Amino acid sequence: MDAMTLATKPKSADIGIDNVVLRYGKGDNAVLALDGISFHVVPNEFCVIVGPSGCGKSSLLYLIAGLEERTGGMISVGGKPVTEPGPDRGMVFQAYTLFPWLTVAQNVEYGPKRQGMPAAERRTIVEHFLQEVGLAKFANHYPSQLSGGMKQRVAIARALANDPQVLLMDEPFGALDSQTRHSMQKLLLRIWDHSKKTVLFVTHDIDEAILLADRVLVMSGRPGQIKKEIRVGFSRPRSMDLVMEPNFIAMKREILELLKNDEDDEH
Amino acid sequence: MTLAPNATSPISHIVTTNVDKNQPGRSAWKAVTTPFRAVSRPLSISLSVLVWVAVIGGWFALTYSGAVKEMFLPRPESVLITTINMALDGSLWEHVLASVQVVLIGFVISSVVAVPLGLTMGTYRIVQAALDPLVNFIRYLPVTSFVPLFILWIGIGIEQRVAVIIFGIFFQQLVMIADSARGVQRDLVNAAYTLGTKRGDTVFHIVFPATLPNVLDVLRVTMGWAWTYLVVAELVAARSGLGYISLKAMRGFQVDVIFMAIALIGILGLCTDQLFRGIRRLVAPWAN
Repeated sequence: MDAMTLATKPKSADIGIDNVVLRYGKGDNAVLALDGISFHVVPNEFCVIVGPSGCGKSSLLYLIAGLEERTGGMISVGGKPVTEPGPDRGMVFQAYTLFPWLTVAQNVEYGPKRQGMPAAERRTIVEHFLQEVGLAKFANHYPSQLSGGMKQRVAIARALANDPQVLLMDEPFGALDSQTRHSMQKLLLRIWDHSKKTVLFVTHDIDEAILLADRVLVMSGRPGQIKKEIRVGFSRPRSMDLVMEPNFIAMKREILELLKNDEDDEH
Repeated sequence: MTLAPNATSPISHIVTTNVDKNQPGRSAWKAVTTPFRAVSRPLSISLSVLVWVAVIGGWFALTYSGAVKEMFLPRPESVLITTINMALDGSLWEHVLASVQVVLIGFVISSVVAVPLGLTMGTYRIVQAALDPLVNFIRYLPVTSFVPLFILWIGIGIEQRVAVIIFGIFFQQLVMIADSARGVQRDLVNAAYTLGTKRGDTVFHIVFPATLPNVLDVLRVTMGWAWTYLVVAELVAARSGLGYISLKAMRGFQVDVIFMAIALIGILGLCTDQLFRGIRRLVAPWAN
């Protein structure tokens, strides 16, 4: 399997979230984190969830990844109900989660190696994805030698190297400065365009949400619910200058209003 | 696409720009009294040499001035002469070898069990729940009070000394290794799951490499304790070893031999410490 067939062989699935409930604790101390969330992400879609911190948007990703257990409802990926974590759902975390004891190349190789892929094939994949995130020269560096943006690029390459059906991204650029964040957004859109994975991306940055998404789901907090679904019709490829267009600003204002109402409700 | 710049702290920046070029003495003073600021290599080497010279010089001064009788504090050169004599007649090597052997056997047996068990204990709450109360109880029992018991049970052979060392370090190793396993970042394990790591492989593929630098530090530190317990064991029941010759020397008022034994243990400890640092650099190069 060479780089070309890799790039032209998309494998992506839909995500079904049906009446999902997540409750922490028991009795009087119980906290309702997610209250009957339902939505559907179609294959190849770039779907972004935006919401205030603590609204349960990250928890929702952890549930889809199978890293946490839901209290109720149904989650399926590619028609298969989620019961535990698996390599079909790749994830990029907000915290830096590269394995510090492995080099960049070994980090990217980790997933395929666990799946028992032969070494020669793994090498091709590592080369392809490091090229894709522009870090081929850093293959033999350790994560501690990389900047924050580079670490997250490797994390994206590592998640994609496993050829997952969906890519879950939990505020992956949250800790980066705004310049790095912009270049990461561009890079992610380019990679998504090549791989055509289903992406479910969580952020609290409204600009980021509109720039990236086919569809934005606005979430309210405590308990977490989907407040509104907004289709983002801007043509692709998108330029970062989009943020200055009136349509963009109108959409941003709408989302801001939705999140503001949420804040007012709380007081 | 640039490498992370080497962290230059704002403090050091301020210090270097505010230096008054006309007052080199003052800026140098300011530099060495700034918290956490690095000093030059020549300075740090000369300082450590200076302290050694001061300590040994003080030793010379105390003995040559007659302030302390030679029966209590031998002259430095008599310790050296004794060491050379015992090295030449071969008895020195015999005792060093006997001690090293006991320390190594005890340390290896203890570590081989403590590392995997500690990692398992730190990873699985059920193992921790079962072992933690017992281990913490035993950890606070004084090792020395078990020496008579070990003599009663095992006799006065090498097994007894090995047992003292194992008893002295095993439970400490276990607790410290379990602690570092518990400290493994959860999202590291989560990331491993989403990449297809099986639950049962987590200890081997994630917890072990993630804690390896820590585990090697624990081994290095407990190696030092092993030397302490060795002397305890040899003082009570042994026919050879550095602790044994210390005790024998005390009976014959040979203070120089006691000093030699203590210095040798210090040097051996320093060697094993450096050895472990070397191993750490070799097998955990990412953690330097």
